Amino acid sequence: METTVTQLQMIPLSYYIIFCTALFTIGVVGVLVKRNALAIFMSVELMLNSANLLLAAFSAYRNDPSGQVFVFFIMVVAAAEIAIGLALLVVVYRSSRTIDINILNRLKW
Amino acid sequence: MFQVYLFLFLSCVALFSAMMVLLSKKPIHSVLYLTLTFFALAGHYILLNAQFLAVVHVIVYAGAIMVLFLFTVMLLNLNKEGQFPKTTLVKIIAAIAGGLLFVVLIGSLKSFDLATVSNPAVSQIGLVKNLGKTLFSQYLLPFELSSILFLSAMVGAVMLGKKDKE
Repeated sequence: METTVTQLQMIPLSYYIIFCTALFTIGVVGVLVKRNALAIFMSVELMLNSANLLLAAFSAYRNDPSGQVFVFFIMVVAAAEIAIGLALLVVVYRSSRTIDINILNRLKW
Repeated sequence: MFQVYLFLFLSCVALFSAMMVLLSKKPIHSVLYLTLTFFALAGHYILLNAQFLAVVHVIVYAGAIMVLFLFTVMLLNLNKEGQFPKTTLVKIIAAIAGGLLFVVLIGSLKSFDLATVSNPAVSQIGLVKNLGKTLFSQYLLPFELSSILFLSAMVGAVMLGKKDKE
């Protein structure tokens, strides 16, 4: 009886998959659409966060703490990445007075 | 049932604010909506009974990363509208591409065998005590290496941010 009650209260794992996929897609669209390099960074953060949440959900539903430890490490790497990336943005802005990625295309070809 | 309603509410808040991150004209509004998304995701972590991750998420994202973003927006003087005009064609193409990606991902993930072993509402793995035991026994070396990563990131950021002498 108790298992049926807890089964009823459980959120289906597919809800998490749909939600995280939607969030990831919003991040991808942001990377495609935006021309502001800072907004692209924000979209990358959205994608990282959706992947993190899905990893944590899988870990919680399979009762395996390794997944949540990995989420912790992803957060560590994301924090370091943002610190370096924003420092780079400031340097680029200082040298070329813009962070529009359509203008910053000298490394393209 | 209450948990499902809470999940739907948090999902709606997160998706709405994520959309507003893209739709906002001013970068500072984007950053503030991003903060709202992060808080909704922290609520999701609490719903999963992953309390350690929820606390770390709030500290790292809403605390550190958000301050970095806000400072960069203010340093670069970006808070003006119309700096980055974009055509309607690009928006339509990106929306179609994103929708197709969503359908493909859902279609491929739907066929997974989603066997659930435990109920997250009663599992204890996300608590600080249990996660700390795993982190400091099985994953001790990566944990220590991440401190070196942070040190190098800090040194690199300072090096990049310094003014050139010439």
